[in-house]
Amino acid sequence: MMAKLPGLGPRSARRAVLHLIKKRELLLMPLADALHRVAVTARECTICGNIGTDEVCGICASAKRATGEICVVEDVADLWAMERGQSFKGRYHVLGGTLSALDAIGPEDLRIPQLVARVQAEQTQEVILALNATVDGQTTAHYIADQLEPLGVQVTSLAQGVPIGGELDYLDDGTISAALRARKSL
Amino acid sequence: MEWRDQGILLSVRKHGESSAIIDVFTEGHGRHGGVVRGGTSRKIAPILQPGAQLDLTWRARLEDHLGAYTVEPVQSRAALMSDRVALAGLNAVTALLQFSLPERAAHLPLYRRTQALLDMLGPSAYWPLAYLRWEQALLDEMGYGLDLSACAVTGAIDDLAYVSPKSGRAVSAEGAGEWADRLLPLPAELLGGGDGSRENVLEGLAVTGHFLARWLAPALGDKPLPEARARLIERLRKDMS
Repeated sequence: MMAKLPGLGPRSARRAVLHLIKKRELLLMPLADALHRVAVTARECTICGNIGTDEVCGICASAKRATGEICVVEDVADLWAMERGQSFKGRYHVLGGTLSALDAIGPEDLRIPQLVARVQAEQTQEVILALNATVDGQTTAHYIADQLEPLGVQVTSLAQGVPIGGELDYLDDGTISAALRARKSL
Repeated sequence: MEWRDQGILLSVRKHGESSAIIDVFTEGHGRHGGVVRGGTSRKIAPILQPGAQLDLTWRARLEDHLGAYTVEPVQSRAALMSDRVALAGLNAVTALLQFSLPERAAHLPLYRRTQALLDMLGPSAYWPLAYLRWEQALLDEMGYGLDLSACAVTGAIDDLAYVSPKSGRAVSAEGAGEWADRLLPLPAELLGGGDGSRENVLEGLAVTGHFLARWLAPALGDKPLPEARARLIERLRKDMS
């Protein structure tokens, strides 16, 4: 079972299991308890699609989060990445993937209709599309922008360009041209 | 087995934790798949975006093995990502090639046309017309070309105004007679002329779409045409209004 987890092969899984057995009281029992609790309580937030223990996740339930901004992300891992940055104080919407012709994922397989309904119901002022800078990610972003256009809400996307600590010599030409287009005055 | 070639990336699938299986439309080997070790790494993943022009080295022990690719970027088409219509065009091209091309059979004229079309996407205002002619060439290359040289009824070469939805042959206005409403309108753009207006391009895409669905799709196991093509047409129509 452990070897099926991402990042673990059969040998590393065996080593982890032996370690857990050796530290039965200290690690194995608390881990088993925690996993059981997660299996019983973890659920998808009915509003944004984040994972939490209640019907509505901590972010959606928090009164401190701004209600006028919704940041759209591909999956929960992206939401957690945004939260690590601690710079966004609004709420999220997790799509659950991107449009993909190859994998036959269409708009109805993602949480796009829920997003449109939410923007209407919550009187949202801005939707920030924080989707991956890939062909699938940007195709999805344009599709969502099209769907939101009739609602008159401001739709923005994350900037693309030189990453912090990045060296121009190592950047691909697409990133350099995107960075050049998004240049700003100093 | 080993060869080196250039190609246009059509699709990428994750394989295991760190590798990817890619499908590439190559110049000399047609649509050809292969594994890219470390294809999901931060270094290689940005290179592996559909539409990218790649320099490829393919190695396998036997010819019919999937084999492994070593890839080098030649030209990224990432700049198209900010242009929603051009991105829809790119998606339609890669999806249709993935849908239509048989594996490991070279299609050099179509390859060159595809490369030229992808280079036109975005900057040129006439790329929708080039896309229409590319779809016509795709039908030709797959063995389902339209015969628009003369009227199927009268043999006339002028005044061609319709296409027969059954035979794919041109019909003149005179030859159509009372059957005109059962025929597909033939825009001049499909005959190599016209001004490339959006209405005519969309009319032409209705013709090529009809034959892609009626002739090509049944030959490929009756799969529906890729959704990406319908999205491009919708986008072009929206842009027009």
